[in-house]
Amino acid sequence: MSVLVGADTKLVVQGITGSEGTFHTLRNRAYGTAVVAGVTPGKGGQDVEGIPVFDTVAEAVATTGANTSMIFVPPRFAADAILEAADAGVALTVCITEGIPVRDMAAVHAYLAGTQTTLVGPNCPGVISPGVANVGIIPGEVCTPGRVGFVSRSGTLVYQIVHELSTAGIGQSTCIGMGGDPVHGVGFIESLQLFEADPETDLIIMTGEIGGDDEERAAAFIGEHVTKPVVAYIAGFEAPPGKRMGHAGAIVTGSAGTAAAKAEALEAAGVAVGRTPSQVARIAAERLPR
Amino acid sequence: MDLYEHMGKDLFRAHGVATPRGIVAETPDEAVAATDELGGSSVVKVQVQVGGRGKGGGVALCRSAGEARDAAARMLGSDFKGHAVTRVLVEELLPIAHEFYTSVLLDRSVGEYLWMLTAEGGMDIETLARERPEALRRVHVNPGLGLRAWHLRELVGVLPVDARDGASQVLRAMWSVVQEADATLVEINPLVQLEGGEVVALDAKVTVDDNALFRHPDLEALQDAFPVDPVEKRAKDADLQYVKLDGSVGIIGNGAGLVMSTLDVVAQAGGRAANFLDIGGGASAEKMATSLQVILSDPSVRCVFINIFGGITRCDVVAEGILEALKQVEATVPIVVRLDGTNAEEGRRILAEAAHPRIVPVATMDAAAEEAARLADAA
Repeated sequence: MSVLVGADTKLVVQGITGSEGTFHTLRNRAYGTAVVAGVTPGKGGQDVEGIPVFDTVAEAVATTGANTSMIFVPPRFAADAILEAADAGVALTVCITEGIPVRDMAAVHAYLAGTQTTLVGPNCPGVISPGVANVGIIPGEVCTPGRVGFVSRSGTLVYQIVHELSTAGIGQSTCIGMGGDPVHGVGFIESLQLFEADPETDLIIMTGEIGGDDEERAAAFIGEHVTKPVVAYIAGFEAPPGKRMGHAGAIVTGSAGTAAAKAEALEAAGVAVGRTPSQVARIAAERLPR
Repeated sequence: MDLYEHMGKDLFRAHGVATPRGIVAETPDEAVAATDELGGSSVVKVQVQVGGRGKGGGVALCRSAGEARDAAARMLGSDFKGHAVTRVLVEELLPIAHEFYTSVLLDRSVGEYLWMLTAEGGMDIETLARERPEALRRVHVNPGLGLRAWHLRELVGVLPVDARDGASQVLRAMWSVVQEADATLVEINPLVQLEGGEVVALDAKVTVDDNALFRHPDLEALQDAFPVDPVEKRAKDADLQYVKLDGSVGIIGNGAGLVMSTLDVVAQAGGRAANFLDIGGGASAEKMATSLQVILSDPSVRCVFINIFGGITRCDVVAEGILEALKQVEATVPIVVRLDGTNAEEGRRILAEAAHPRIVPVATMDAAAEEAARLADAA
């Protein structure tokens, strides 16, 4: 089994006719994902290598039964694309687009709270359940099927750490690239919930980085709700301290957002924090139940 | 993008927040002329993209044009917390009765706007929030609903009765800055009530969402006012993320997370990074050449570490890019290269065949970091 994407996934790609959209749609299909439709307004009736293109997500869903969408549309239209997907009733939408104004995402976030649609991203590499389905731009070659659930804020660290895991012979149930935007969909806590409930995940790895307080809140959640072993990696111990304008940010998070503060919070919750990607793989190998 | 105070106040005025009369000065003479125009006294304030100006000597109360000249002469051309001061704001002195604090920012943990307000401005606001949280009103504003009358009543209820209407007007105008200018932070510290009763913003801290600048060409144009390091500008023009650090290992990687991780792994190996450089996706020969030029122009670099994990980026293209770049840029120090991911074997073969005297190919990130730290140390 896996979380978010799997054998049941029927994918519609919003922005399928753009160059990035087409390239990754075909890669996802070649990996084994059931890509049933694409959407580009004004191009309904065409097809991309046999994948039918519709003008709207609602039409695509009605005709093909798509239950998951992947978004490759430009930033100024992407928030609308997420709302359209939710209105068409897809269960999951994965937004790859980078650079969406945060005010637009805040409005999307408020709207999605009243729907059944789960969002991953934006500004994320997507979700892959190795050997089953790939929705996004994570290179399938670096993943291997297995029993580690993986979630990361950074895209390239998904590749680096999953590569270390695969090289060490440790496979993954699902890898979630949650993205690093301030307002996003599925985060560490939602991922931890999904992996905790997944009978085919034995250990969870989370990869964070400096800024915000997602990792601190994840640490508090792990302390109370997660029974499976968790291993973490935090990037940015050597990163230069960011400049700060006002006081408001520090008052809200009550945290400096540094890598050291995050690692400390996670360790206090019983999480093993690796200091390098390869060390994360070694710790995972030790802690993985046999 | 963090705005200078005077830019924030221009936005404030455009949206209906009362502010003191102010004039920007770039020379001591201009500060004198501004003070004369404001009636012979003024407040002179450094314009920098960082806070803590009051405590750091960046604000001067001037009773005469001569004092304003001295203050401006001291500030202009100086370095305030690492920020070059190229302009000061000269403002009228106002009779203050009460000092408050208010801010609205995007609270990323819930995806809503968080509004904070206290009647106890003037003191260290972070200390107040920690020690007497009940003195700081906090209200979340759902972006779908917007700022409502009950939010306003809840917030201004902590203020003196005769300040509430004026403060409500300021809050409504702040919300329109958030909505119409895509601000992710608007902070007024202090918000003051004058002896005459009027509520005025004495300061303005505004951060505008970089992703939304395409909607605001007028705000985007303000960027030209900010002083930039020539090396960082060159990197930025080439679409590279570059930050100078103080070590000796020059770093090039793809993806912010991987570059941050590279800095950490180099430190674990006993080295110190000379910079952060994210080459982004693609890593073409031109980008690689510019990256190497930027890094090799830093005299403290003793060794370069190129760490690429190919996802969309193909390692064979990266390898060719490095070789092409080295035809344009003379390498004066060793270049450790680690390639992994898409087409890594092909990329390594290309580097091996070229046998460039400065290139040191290493198979793993850990081993490459150790080699880079060792070479930087040996140089």
